[in-house]
Amino acid sequence: MSEIIRTDAIIVGAGPVGLFAVFELGLLDIKAHVIDILPKIGGQCAELYPEKPIYDIPGFPIVTGQELVDNLNRQIHPFAPTFHLGEMVEAFEALGTADKPLFRLTTDAGTVLEAKVVVIAAGGGSFQPKRPPTPGVEAYEGSSVFYAVRKMEHFRGRRVLIAGGGDSALDWVLNLHPIASRVTLVHRRDEFRAAPHSVNAMRALVAEKKMDLAIAQLVGLKGADGQLSAVTVRGADQTTFDLECDDLLAFYGLTMKLGPIAHWGLNLHENLIPTDTEKFETNVPGIFAVGDIITYPGKLKLILSGFHEVALAAQRAHHYVYPDKKLLFQYTTSSTSLQRKLGVS
Amino acid sequence: MTKVTYIDASGVSREVEAQVGATVMETALRNSVPGIEAECGGACACATCHVYVSDEWTEIVGKPSQMEEDMLDFAADVRPNSRLSCQIKVTEALDGLVVTTPAKQG
Repeated sequence: MSEIIRTDAIIVGAGPVGLFAVFELGLLDIKAHVIDILPKIGGQCAELYPEKPIYDIPGFPIVTGQELVDNLNRQIHPFAPTFHLGEMVEAFEALGTADKPLFRLTTDAGTVLEAKVVVIAAGGGSFQPKRPPTPGVEAYEGSSVFYAVRKMEHFRGRRVLIAGGGDSALDWVLNLHPIASRVTLVHRRDEFRAAPHSVNAMRALVAEKKMDLAIAQLVGLKGADGQLSAVTVRGADQTTFDLECDDLLAFYGLTMKLGPIAHWGLNLHENLIPTDTEKFETNVPGIFAVGDIITYPGKLKLILSGFHEVALAAQRAHHYVYPDKKLLFQYTTSSTSLQRKLGVS
Repeated sequence: MTKVTYIDASGVSREVEAQVGATVMETALRNSVPGIEAECGGACACATCHVYVSDEWTEIVGKPSQMEEDMLDFAADVRPNSRLSCQIKVTEALDGLVVTTPAKQG
C-alpha cells in the first residue's frame, strides 16, 4: 500500500460546491484534500458549460461557468487545498466510531487518504465515458472494447477500430497507427471536431492507404468470449456492413454516473443522498453531502443552495475535527483571526 | 395555443401545449413526456435530448448549428432529421410540430 495521507477532511468532487467547501472548512481551520475524476477542477461548470453565462450567482449579474470556477479557485487559494485530479475513489472504509469518525478512501490511482470527515460534493455523479449504442457491449469491455488507452502495448499487432470525431479519437488514431496492424477510424460524418492538424494528418494516412476511414455509425458487435471479431456499422446510404477488428476504442463523450459512492453504506433515494437540513450530514456520522447529489424536502439543485449547505456542514465538521474546541461564529468583515487565515490582515 | 406532439419509440403519441420561447426539450420535461433525458439541462453539452423531426417539419425547424452537429456525434442512431431538442425554440410557426424520440438517449 502506498503511504497514507492523513488530513482533516476529504472532499469528493471539485465542482463549485466542492471548491467552496474548501473555503468554509478552511475558515474553521479544517484542512482539505479534494478528489475529482476529471483532470481539471470545476466539475460540470468547467466540463459542460465553461462558456455559458450563469445569472443566479448572488453578487454576479452574469458569470460564465469557467469564470466562476476561476474565482472560486482564487478564493480558496489561502487554504492551499491538495487536489487529486483524474482520480476516482474506489474503496471506502469507515475506521472510527460515531463519536470519533475516521474514514479511509483509496482512489483508482492508488492514493490512500485518511480523514475525520468526508464531504461528498459529487454533483450528478462522476463523469464516465459514454458507452457506444451497441447492444451487448458490456461483455467486451476491458478485454476488447475500451474507452481510454491505459497500455498502448495492448494494441500492438492488433486490428483497432476507433470510433469518434474529436481530439481523443484522432489522437489515438495517430498514436496507435504505427503500433496496431491496422487502424480504422469510424465516424458518423466526414467532418471532425478534432484539431485541424490532427484531421489533416489522419487524411494523409488515409490517402497513403496506411489506415482506413469509414463514414458510418456503429450498430452491433460480433465476437465471442469477450473478444471482438467485427463491428457492424451502417453507412450514410443506410446499408450495413462489417468492419473486422480485434479491438474497439470508442469515444462518445462523457455521462454522469453515481459510481462507487452507491456502495459506501449511505442511504440513497433515487440515486440521491438524503441529508438533514441543519448539518447536511448523511446517515453515517462524519460523512456530509452537499450540492446536486443530495435530497431533502424543498431541495433545489442550484449552485447557491450548495454554497449554503457547505457553510452549515462545516460547522458540524468542526465538532468532529476539533471535539474539544468551542466554535465561535465570526464574520470575515470583522474577525482578525479569519482575516489572518485569509492572508489579508 | 401552440402544440407539439412527441411520438415515442414504441409509437405512443403525446400532444402537449408549448409556450412560445421555450425549447422543445423544456416543453417535454414540463409536461413529463418520457424519452428525453436532458442530462446537461439544455447547455447543448450532452446529446440526451435527441429527437427526430418529422419529415414535413424538417425544413421549417431548420438544420442544426455547428455546435449542435458536433454534439450529435455523441448521440445514437443519428439520422438526417436528427436534432437536439434543447436547441429548437418553440415559435408560432412551429404550431403542430411532430418529433419522435429515439429508442435510446446517449
